[in-house]
Amino acid sequence: MDVLHCLARFGFGVATLVTLAAAVMVVSLRNIFHCALALILVLLGVAATYISLKAEFFAMIQILLYVGAIMTLVIFAIMLTSKIGDTTVPQTNRQSLVSFAILAMFDVFFIGSVIKTSWKVNAVTMAANVDAKVLGMAFMNEYVFPFEIISVVLIVALVGAIILGRSDQ
Amino acid sequence: MESSDPIFVVIKKGSLHFLHGFLPEWTVVLVSILLSITAIAIFGPVTMMYLTWLERKVVGRMQNRWGPNRVGIFGLLQPIADGIKMLTKEDIVPRNADKVTHFLAPVMVVIPALLVFSVIPFGRGMAAVNLNVGLLFFLAISTLTTIAIFMGSWGSRNKFSLLGGMRAVAQMVSYEIPMVMSVVPVILATGTLSTVAIVEAQLGGKWFIFTPWGFFAAIVFFLCGVAEVNRTPFDLPEGESEIIAGFHTEYSGMKFALFYMAEFMSAFAISGLTVTLFLGGWGGPVLPSWAWFLLKTYALIFIMIWFRGTLPRFRVDQLMGFAWKLLLPFTLLNIFVAALWQILPAPKNLLVSGIAEAVILMIVFFAARKDSPTKRTYIFAD
Repeated sequence: MDVLHCLARFGFGVATLVTLAAAVMVVSLRNIFHCALALILVLLGVAATYISLKAEFFAMIQILLYVGAIMTLVIFAIMLTSKIGDTTVPQTNRQSLVSFAILAMFDVFFIGSVIKTSWKVNAVTMAANVDAKVLGMAFMNEYVFPFEIISVVLIVALVGAIILGRSDQ
Repeated sequence: MESSDPIFVVIKKGSLHFLHGFLPEWTVVLVSILLSITAIAIFGPVTMMYLTWLERKVVGRMQNRWGPNRVGIFGLLQPIADGIKMLTKEDIVPRNADKVTHFLAPVMVVIPALLVFSVIPFGRGMAAVNLNVGLLFFLAISTLTTIAIFMGSWGSRNKFSLLGGMRAVAQMVSYEIPMVMSVVPVILATGTLSTVAIVEAQLGGKWFIFTPWGFFAAIVFFLCGVAEVNRTPFDLPEGESEIIAGFHTEYSGMKFALFYMAEFMSAFAISGLTVTLFLGGWGGPVLPSWAWFLLKTYALIFIMIWFRGTLPRFRVDQLMGFAWKLLLPFTLLNIFVAALWQILPAPKNLLVSGIAEAVILMIVFFAARKDSPTKRTYIFAD
């Protein structure tokens, strides 16, 4: 079984490298449509990471929502914006360096918190079978408050979108 | 358990047992994975080839002609002849095309179509992987087709391609929502997302299509599935009388064949998933389990071909209105009916949920009728 373990690690490494490479492509490619496609690859790579962390449900939701819905809308927005697919349109402005520095600081904070967190990985958490029932129970009992807050936010966004998008009559 | 295994499972187990004699354990695991992958990779394209034959034959019959009958008996070798023709055709890439995107799109479109086969239980113990999120896997992976179609349409640098791609995206985003909503009652009834467990919950004739909510959810799911795979009457993205061939206008030869292949494999997969969710999967008497699965799936595929032989194409506003104003509210309310069915005791729930379903159907139908498209009035052309 050791060889399989190594293969799994190798697969995880490849997925991570692809994700990182695609992330670089998102911000460096000239054509914004290609950037969107690279972003899809990043999201798929993140989903692969979730799978390697045994969070299959999370991974599938990631693909369904981010790749299936949000990225489709992003591409749609790109299509509806004239000339933005042109490679002569610059992708960066003068603030890019500043934002890069701020993001680097943010990364330091992020990596620090990742290192500080004690990852409670043991046999019990690894064997936990998360099915639809368990998730539903968690949403309706333990996490009901954040769940409801998110629902309200989404409803507000939906109503706002409908008001903005309705035809004037 | 051993005796009731279908023949394919017996063959796989036997060969693995044989290999176990002289190979280390990890190679046996790899061989087991490879066997499943190979089976799917062969099954998908072969199914697609004969679906084209079936479609041409059945549509031909409906149009009172013979269909292919020159190559082989009943034209059975026609798909092979077509395949050879496709392979030898010239590969044309438009001069201004985005080369990479144009090349990648047909490859990308086949991958999800093949991947979704891995969670469909073809028979007892015949799902390639029993994921505990199998249903979500299917729904999530099949959305990737949209991206591939859009890559193809954008990469071609062709107005008709782009129009087709935009139509495809708008249609798929719209129909995905009622599609996902219509499977929620099934998850509610079974408490699991695993396709294998969903089939097992329906064993013994307790098919979900026989319940009031299941009947309508099955219809909605199947219709949305037909829309997802761009088949008539939802074939606006490739409506040949309006936009040549839509997103695959600029593709020829094998690349076109790959788009075609993905479409037919998705059609098979959608039918297979409808069977899995609502028609009891591989459950059935006398015949082996895989035969029941294929029988039910081909019955649904026949209905798809029947649609194609019968129905005219939707208009864009009709298409959107159908999804957003009729299917979406109906599927949302259908979830409540399924919850009623779950909560109430056995004989009472049929009556109550049946009445609730009928009332909801009437309300949604009459509410949507006000907005349903009427005869178009032309402003400029008169």
